[in-house]
Amino acid sequence: MTATEFTPVASLLGGALIGASAVMLMAAKGRIAGVSGIAVRLLPPYADREFAGRLAFILGIVVAPLVVLVASGVAPVPTIEAGPALLLLAGLLVGFGAVWGNGCTSGHGVCGLSRLSVRSLVATLTFMATAMATVFLTRHLL
Amino acid sequence: MSILVQFVIGLVFGLGLVIAGMSDPAKVLNFLDIGAIPTGGWDPSLAFVMAGGIAVTFIGFKLVLRRSQPIFGGKFHLPTATDIDARIIAGPAIFGVGWGLAGFCPGPAFTALTTGGSAALMFVAAMLVGMAGARWLASRPAAPVAVTPRG
Repeated sequence: MTATEFTPVASLLGGALIGASAVMLMAAKGRIAGVSGIAVRLLPPYADREFAGRLAFILGIVVAPLVVLVASGVAPVPTIEAGPALLLLAGLLVGFGAVWGNGCTSGHGVCGLSRLSVRSLVATLTFMATAMATVFLTRHLL
Repeated sequence: MSILVQFVIGLVFGLGLVIAGMSDPAKVLNFLDIGAIPTGGWDPSLAFVMAGGIAVTFIGFKLVLRRSQPIFGGKFHLPTATDIDARIIAGPAIFGVGWGLAGFCPGPAFTALTTGGSAALMFVAAMLVGMAGARWLASRPAAPVAVTPRG
């Protein structure tokens, strides 16, 4: 594990930007800014003609670190400690679970809670609990 | 025009993730590590990200949804389901285990594509397979249809 610094101001500001993005997507397209919901609709079969817009939204997320690199001169390199097998398993679970539960951290955790959705509250409490239990198990018990 | 706007909206989302520190799985895992609270290794930052996101979205949605329709036309697509069924527990429960194993949820997995090398690529590929699997499973008929033997 890698120690990280508590960043209340930057995290509050970054969170506000995520919220601003969600509000803008609702204003522009009338859609919930749920990354898993948008990503799964990039895969066939297609139910509507919004493919290009969804791809553009995801590409905006993908290039964001490059914009930060150009603006600040420092690349925001993620610390990935999981090995290949664990990454593949984790990816499968994250993808399956997000679509099976109709949302992830953005769709349920930010947009859903902001709409005071009980389903999103149940979803958020559930994934927080199993994620915390998983980290406790892997870091403190195994 | 609508496509370009959606790119910029996605970019704002991604910048938010990076500025918040959420593009780094180590920071996410250190938030999820409540066992590290006694030793000082816990990083509460993710709670501040959610607080900032919810504060802006809560107020912003109220203002936006006063309009009759979105700027680029069509209608507001708001989730209508309210029932607490097995899927709204099982899906997030599975999602949480994967999130806790690697520290990636879908947004940060996409920001890592440019800076996270082959590890990020593997995670995103597996994630898309998992998504497709869940959608395929969800699209099957709820109950098996009885087949009458031809005869």
